[in-house]
Amino acid sequence: MSDLRDLYQEVIIDHSRRPRNFGPLAQHNHRAEGFNPLCGDRLTLYLKVSDGIIEAASFEGVGCAISTASASLMTEALKGKPVAQAEALFAGFHALLTGEPAPPDAAPLGKLQVLAGVQEFPARIKCATLAWHTLNAALHDREQPVSTE
Amino acid sequence: MKSTTSEIKALQTSAPPPLDVMQLRRDFPILERRVHGKPLVYLDNAATSQKPRCVIDSEARYYTECNANIHRGIHRLSQEATDAYEAARETVRCFVNAARREEIVFVRGTTEAINLIAASYGQHLEPGDEILISAMEHHSNIVPWQLLCARSGAVLRVAAINDAGELDAASFESLLGERTRLVAVTHLSNALGTITPLKQLITLAHAYGAVVLVDGAQAVPHLAVDVQALDCDFYAFSAHKLYGPTGSGVLYGKAALLDAMPPWQGGGDMIREVTFAGSTWNDLPYKFEAGTPNIAGGIALGAAIRYIDELGLDAIAAHEHALLDYATTQAAATPGLRLIGTARSKASILSFVVDGVHAHDVGTILDMEGVAVRTGHHCAMPVMARFGVPATVRASFALYNTLAEVDALFAALARVREVFA
Repeated sequence: MSDLRDLYQEVIIDHSRRPRNFGPLAQHNHRAEGFNPLCGDRLTLYLKVSDGIIEAASFEGVGCAISTASASLMTEALKGKPVAQAEALFAGFHALLTGEPAPPDAAPLGKLQVLAGVQEFPARIKCATLAWHTLNAALHDREQPVSTE
Repeated sequence: MKSTTSEIKALQTSAPPPLDVMQLRRDFPILERRVHGKPLVYLDNAATSQKPRCVIDSEARYYTECNANIHRGIHRLSQEATDAYEAARETVRCFVNAARREEIVFVRGTTEAINLIAASYGQHLEPGDEILISAMEHHSNIVPWQLLCARSGAVLRVAAINDAGELDAASFESLLGERTRLVAVTHLSNALGTITPLKQLITLAHAYGAVVLVDGAQAVPHLAVDVQALDCDFYAFSAHKLYGPTGSGVLYGKAALLDAMPPWQGGGDMIREVTFAGSTWNDLPYKFEAGTPNIAGGIALGAAIRYIDELGLDAIAAHEHALLDYATTQAAATPGLRLIGTARSKASILSFVVDGVHAHDVGTILDMEGVAVRTGHHCAMPVMARFGVPATVRASFALYNTLAEVDALFAALARVREVFA
């Protein structure tokens, strides 16, 4: 059971059950869609960015516990961050999941560390990164839905 | 033994000698594996089944003893390889009770067989012609027809299914018309486990002059198939779901239809004479077998069928039906578990969702318990949409599964509830 608890930590179960910042964001000025065709996970990410600062982030969609919790934790982490720092966060998060050394400009991950257990489940890494790839698309206003396949 | 119809009758025949499952499990080397420290409980048979030693040996024997190209060499090895390959074709002919060996075309698998029909038979479709499929088809029995419609101007019609996942016969019949040229339906739904009333559908379709292609990929390991009794025009299946190798499969077609159809791929072996002014085609079935085929795969498919014949498809079906019944009863007693696909006539497949837990999370937790199931849309996205779920968990049974393995599945599902408590 210990291995499973590494993946399904209490924080992850909690965020998957009660995702934070869930629902459309009325004043958003960036939006992107993410889709994982293999498992059917879908999410729409909304951002309100002013003067290079992410003032608010929200998401809606359906997905597994890992992708929902990851999106929920991400929207919490993004609030109030400069765009450049959000991108640095993604770099650090990606390194955490793939087990690679973090790049020198990666931001400290804080609460996002709870997803470290995903590293042991290669088939689930794309679940955890879907929201972040969608963030990337939203920040660059890419119209095509993002796919992690 | 062949039933007069290939429907569920195979499951109802009076007491075939039961399988000695513990004995025959020794025929499958992979079943000794452990996964995450637990004994492997392989319940992903609808994706691909495991292979018995005789099939693995059959492939190896071809490469170690008579590897040579077929139908062309005059030397000894080529003759032996050709004989073995053509013997496998005869084994397949008996297995589906085709009238003639020329009606058995070797292909890569079900998907290729369907694409062959779409590419070749589809050439005479005209704008406004109609192709009828069902709402429970696998993507491989949807997308080739969409592509054909796009290039021919034909129209795709889809017969509805009910809440149990059964084909709505009234919807099916109402969509048949004088423009229906082709009907393509599954024999056994890979996402729901539903057995379709094939004989009835084929009779209806023929009354409108349409030809019928049957996707038999899921059916052949579980149901006796008699293409003459069914009177289907085409029947497609893969070796790898039938305890045979990947990359090998079969298209059965009525000789008169295949004869009238143009080739779909050009190359060696499919020609009689080639000149720069033009070429002429080889006889059936070679007209549809351009290039060097999967020789080892075809021979090993023959070995797989002989293995099944020895055990008896009736005994296999009875055993799998007992597993499905047992699993269905346990599922009904499991709180928060909802079956997707509750047709009266079903075989080998238990598809379900767990309240509040995504199928992918269920799959990961089951895997940690050594239980291999499929999670996702099962290449049947329209079926998922029909039932309003993004994905299901699918346990699918084969001849080597045991009641104890069904227990292991439900014990692992109890773990899912612990983790998500």
